[in-house]
Amino acid sequence: MTAVLSIRHLRKEYRPGQPVLKDITLDIDARGVTAIIGPSGTGKSTLIRCINRLVDPTAGEILFEGQDLAKLSGQTLRMARRRIGMVFQEYNLVERLSVIENVLSGRLGYVPAWRALLRRFPAEDVARAFDLIDAVGLSQDFATRRADALSGGQRQRVGIARAIMQNPALVLADEPTSSLDPKTSVEIMGLMADLSEKRGVPIIINIHNVDLARRYAGRIIGMTGGEVVYDGAPEGLTDAHLKHIYGGEDFL
Amino acid sequence: MSTAAPTTRPPAFPVNWPSRIAWIGLALYTIYATSILQLTWARFVAGMDNAAKFFDRMFPPNMAADKLELIYTGMVESVQIAVLATFFGVLLSMPLGLMAARNLSPGWLAWSSRGLIAVLRSFHPVIVSILFVKAVGFGALAGVMALIVSSMGFVSKLFAEVVEEMNPKQVEAVRATGASFWNVLIMAVFPQVMARFIGLTVYQLDSNLRNSTMVGIVGGGGIGAPLFTAYQRFDYDVVLTILLIIIAIIMAMEMVSGRIRRIFQ
Repeated sequence: MTAVLSIRHLRKEYRPGQPVLKDITLDIDARGVTAIIGPSGTGKSTLIRCINRLVDPTAGEILFEGQDLAKLSGQTLRMARRRIGMVFQEYNLVERLSVIENVLSGRLGYVPAWRALLRRFPAEDVARAFDLIDAVGLSQDFATRRADALSGGQRQRVGIARAIMQNPALVLADEPTSSLDPKTSVEIMGLMADLSEKRGVPIIINIHNVDLARRYAGRIIGMTGGEVVYDGAPEGLTDAHLKHIYGGEDFL
Repeated sequence: MSTAAPTTRPPAFPVNWPSRIAWIGLALYTIYATSILQLTWARFVAGMDNAAKFFDRMFPPNMAADKLELIYTGMVESVQIAVLATFFGVLLSMPLGLMAARNLSPGWLAWSSRGLIAVLRSFHPVIVSILFVKAVGFGALAGVMALIVSSMGFVSKLFAEVVEEMNPKQVEAVRATGASFWNVLIMAVFPQVMARFIGLTVYQLDSNLRNSTMVGIVGGGGIGAPLFTAYQRFDYDVVLTILLIIIAIIMAMEMVSGRIRRIFQ
């Protein structure tokens, strides 16, 4: 299968001489869920944020749809970002906007400012937004409710709808379940795996919960100390690997 | 429980010497300044006597038709000055405030905008009015321009602070969709700051209403001129009428502004 994303020798230093990511090289397939596991502070978030350039990498290449994302800026970077959806740990919805306004935010790379200002989004976008609100498991009554009136799980569903609304070639999810209770976490992971499969969108998920990663991901990448130390199927991930990734064995 | 513990623990509420010295310094300066300015009790009592005469001459308020008409004309002009100055001042404050917000603007733009705001804020509206009366002549135009300047100084500074306090995560999420700068502004920044911007606007209208009664004293139009003339001609009953009308208008404004704030919450 062809790779949608190829990362080559990616390096990131927030402070010179102290790399958070050391020479990461990865290919992400155009289908399925890839989970990245590893201890806090090991560069999982930095890796994901380098891809859509919320963080600027220090060195290396990020090849996506025929371009090196690491070299883009301004207009060309915006054009590339339109093709990459993102789901956040804290949902990052615009709280004072309604659910449907948040979902339609996924089209802001395509919609001119006057339309956004007057809320005159194209009719087909509005129709798709309603469909997506439905597809992520919210009833249509939620559409006009303000985002800050929603529960955590509901907000994350809106966050996922916003990402899918972009019609992305890739979705990044940065700890999407870490602020949710265990039951809701399972529902959200299930929803993302389901959407990935149905819509053929590859998703890269940073996740702390190894069991959830095993259950929903087709591929697991284990990171520690800014390096990839495991890359393969969930079935191949052994306690020895986890010991290496997280250090120690008390948690097993 | 260890018996040794009490001797090794630090005091729970240690003396904050810098703060204590500052309070003592303030007290000493207050005593010093009072003595220098000769603010004595005897002087206050003598003043009270004078005040009694002054208040006596204020009552009853003058309700003569010709006076009321003069006051009405001046008051209408004052309100117009306040509304126009608020509208244009707030309109200009929005871009200036955004440019001054360090989380949206590049450093050079933010700092030069802040410099401009500092200049706008430097002078009291009356002093700015004097400048504009000299520049564009007597009348409401000078008053409106002066209050536009003071409105911009206040609203753009506080608006910049509101923008700097917004949640960056919400902005980051919208930026990550590939939205243009303007779309980020419209769909991520404005929703977060608009309610407080409306609050600032209403407050500024309130403030401009009060200031617009004053710019007339230096020739900037409005009720200020009749008020000042009445003082100088010792028509204290007319002064009282004007003051009562100003109070009534400010209180009415207070109720209206409460409503407006609730609508936009």
